[in-house]
Amino acid sequence: MAAIEIDGITKRYGSVEALRGVSASVERGEIFGLIGPDGAGKSTLFRILTTLMSADGGRASVDGLDVAQEYRKIRSRVGYMPERFSLYLDLTVEENLKLFATLFHTTVEENYALVQGIYGQIAPFKNRRAAALSGGMKQKLALSCALIHKPSILFLDEPTTGVDPVSREELWEILGHLKRQGITTLVSTPYMNEARLCDRIALMQEGRFLEVASPSAIVARHGRTVWAVRGDRMSRLLVDLRAHPAVETCFAFGDRHHVTPCPGATTRHLREEMEAQGHREVEIQEIAPGIEDCFIRIAGRPDVKDE
Amino acid sequence: MNEKTTSGASLFGAFTHKEIRHILRDRRTLLILLGIPVIQIVLFGFAITTEVRDVRVGILDPTPDVATRHITDRLLANDYFTFAGLFSSPAAVERSLRRGEIEMALVFAPSSPGRITRDGTVPVQLIADASDPNTAALFTGYATNIITAAAGELAGTPEESPARLLPEMRLLYNPAMRAAYNFVPGVMGLVLMLICAMMTSISIVREKESGTLELLLVSPVRPFVIIAAKIVPYLILSGINIATILLLSVYVLDVPVVGSLFWLVLVSLLFVLVSLSIGIFVSSIVRSQVAAMLISGMVLMMPVVLLSGLLFPVENMPILLRWTSHLIPAKWYIAAMKKIMIEGAPVLYILREILVLVGMGILLLLVSWKKFNDRIA
Amino acid sequence: MNVITTELLTKRFGTFTAVDRVTFEVRRGEIFGFLGANGAGKTTAMRILCGLSKPTSGKAIVAGHDVATHPDHVKRHIGYMSQKFSLYEDLKVWENIRLYAGIYGMRPAEIKAKSAILLRQLEFEDGRDKLVRSLPLGWKQKLAFSVAVFHEPRIVFLDEPTGGVDPVTRRQFWELIYQVADRGITVFVTTHYMDEAEYCDRVSIMVDGRVEVLDSPEQLKKRFRATSMEEVFRHLARGTTRS
Repeated sequence: MAAIEIDGITKRYGSVEALRGVSASVERGEIFGLIGPDGAGKSTLFRILTTLMSADGGRASVDGLDVAQEYRKIRSRVGYMPERFSLYLDLTVEENLKLFATLFHTTVEENYALVQGIYGQIAPFKNRRAAALSGGMKQKLALSCALIHKPSILFLDEPTTGVDPVSREELWEILGHLKRQGITTLVSTPYMNEARLCDRIALMQEGRFLEVASPSAIVARHGRTVWAVRGDRMSRLLVDLRAHPAVETCFAFGDRHHVTPCPGATTRHLREEMEAQGHREVEIQEIAPGIEDCFIRIAGRPDVKDE
Repeated sequence: MNEKTTSGASLFGAFTHKEIRHILRDRRTLLILLGIPVIQIVLFGFAITTEVRDVRVGILDPTPDVATRHITDRLLANDYFTFAGLFSSPAAVERSLRRGEIEMALVFAPSSPGRITRDGTVPVQLIADASDPNTAALFTGYATNIITAAAGELAGTPEESPARLLPEMRLLYNPAMRAAYNFVPGVMGLVLMLICAMMTSISIVREKESGTLELLLVSPVRPFVIIAAKIVPYLILSGINIATILLLSVYVLDVPVVGSLFWLVLVSLLFVLVSLSIGIFVSSIVRSQVAAMLISGMVLMMPVVLLSGLLFPVENMPILLRWTSHLIPAKWYIAAMKKIMIEGAPVLYILREILVLVGMGILLLLVSWKKFNDRIA
Repeated sequence: MNVITTELLTKRFGTFTAVDRVTFEVRRGEIFGFLGANGAGKTTAMRILCGLSKPTSGKAIVAGHDVATHPDHVKRHIGYMSQKFSLYEDLKVWENIRLYAGIYGMRPAEIKAKSAILLRQLEFEDGRDKLVRSLPLGWKQKLAFSVAVFHEPRIVFLDEPTGGVDPVTRRQFWELIYQVADRGITVFVTTHYMDEAEYCDRVSIMVDGRVEVLDSPEQLKKRFRATSMEEVFRHLARGTTRS
């Protein structure tokens, strides 16, 4: 039995279609990522699965329980960390944790082992009000509160948004640790490079799952050659590459531009053409595409190439 | 997974604790909530007085005699009236009234001496500046009383009481016409409404805004427990406020509690519950604290002030407003409080008010129960 | 020529030193990446540079004016855009443009002509009369940026401008940034996307209130023997004592 079954879920807010029929199943003990920009429908799906909201159409089950019928049972089995920090700012760190333990009819002592690694880092400030914590510490507290009743499934809605790369990495380490304890995690993120840290992902845009698979399978399905190109004047190079007939799409990727070449094009030919247009130190390398390349490609939004 | 549960009572306890902490840690709001009744009582008691005092009276007495002088003396001996001039003609009286030099004129008809003592009628006219009709009605009524009494003394015969001959206004329960009797129940209604309806709705909506309500709803705890725990601290606060108002009114404003203290507290608790239900109802229809504040402030408080009879007598309002006033819980509460506190009426006399409040409470609870479901959409 | 010069810029809140003797320069027309971990002091430093907060000690000259003594002069010559506050959702696109241009004292005729050009460049002429609320996030961010530079400021401050934006729009946004930099407007930008740090001419990384390094991405990678800015960042931010 899958930990989460999502079958044709739809939801609309007035005229806005937030979810246009999404389906996937999340296996027990895996880290499943919802990857997509704001407005893709990630939070809506979270709210439906955590039983805060009912879907307009489709079915879903969590831990084998139907979200529409058996929502009360689901509520005691899941841990949820919403996108925004949602704890009581006027209560202390310890008071918050105790309150959430009581909510789930348990005590902090009973499940302390599970949160020790996370809570241990903020325990020195347990008498501080939550309002006085830094962003990273607030997040650790929120995660501790979501875990204190030893949920079988953990829902984390954009836990890394607006968080610096180091704190982000720490959080993913924690998720790996929880996975080893058998906890299933559904996590959403707008950072494409975090996709590779999930066992499986759903690429999401405008209320649809573009693709559901493991990150390596998605990359394997990309099916096209990708070239990483660099030169001495990168912004000029971007414009010239896009204008070139051998280039299908071209996007900036950090210190390189990623080019999807038209069939039959060669790196040597393109380099020579670029050098002919005055670019120096042009380097072109064939690379394996990343999730972000795949997302851009699958999202099917044509390049802004002027014709 | 969580079969070994902590009892429901301890969950409720933990929640109540949390609510009390929220209130205690927000010192400024707490101070305001405790200070409101004191400020209201002081304001109404000493600043916004609707009492009549020092009405300037002009006298026109073409044929002065013992009787007219007696009446004049009696009137002016009273604290409420001061002598502002003797006039010689009706035209002069009118001029002075128009200029605002005098607010009321006592005009005796020229007549033969001894007439009053003979048949008991007083050929006297009261002319008042009625630009403020409420006040004018008050002081002319009071003047009429004094004149009647004075005339009675002159007639000296009880069976030929002048009361027969002059329109009489007997002022019951509040012989000194003191406004305090009117506004103490009003302030109680206002303060309880404010604390219960506004503060509960704000405190629930705040959790909606901060996202914590979402977390609570995702947990196994029933919404009933969340709401019930929110109500407790406001019940306590309301109790403190009722006590503050009663103590202030008895010891500072000299307004005694004539009727049963037991029923007074019981009816107040009933009203508190109605107000709390209103607060819960408001919280179920709005999303932001600002909206909660606006609705409680404008939609709930203004009618209480305007239509409950706190400041203006409802009897003088157009029929539509009078009907609207029946929909306001505070109106019934204030009416009941007046009857218990000031008139000392037995509980039978306020049965109607109690029943209306009970009905409103049940209705509101049912509606908010339906609206406040355990999902957010 | 430098558009921002700071000298031992310091901001203390009680005993806490949020910004600790920071000295750096930003050159005219460059894209300057201002990075740092959460709580490193970026926001505080940025508020000071925008004239919103007074430094405890030290000096900062922005667009030729001292932020401590002439914050109003500074504000006239800068643009600002953040992910949180950008445009008024309940106003139409052109109403937003007119409002912001008006705030900076542009004349109605000038505003009219220039907003027509702007909307044509963005290929957004149809959107002129749309409520901002109805636009996709990507458009909102692109418009907010265009509005922030509408009055041709000397510097534009961008606070995490691309947070939550889809990958394609994120890149289009950076193309707008390049265009603006080509016009000679200095771009001062914070971001949590480390690939975006690579697009900057120079990058500073703040750690515990101090600017720990400041160089071009290429030089930084060389110095720390890293293959990406993400590695550089991690290397530096790991040493933080604040969490």
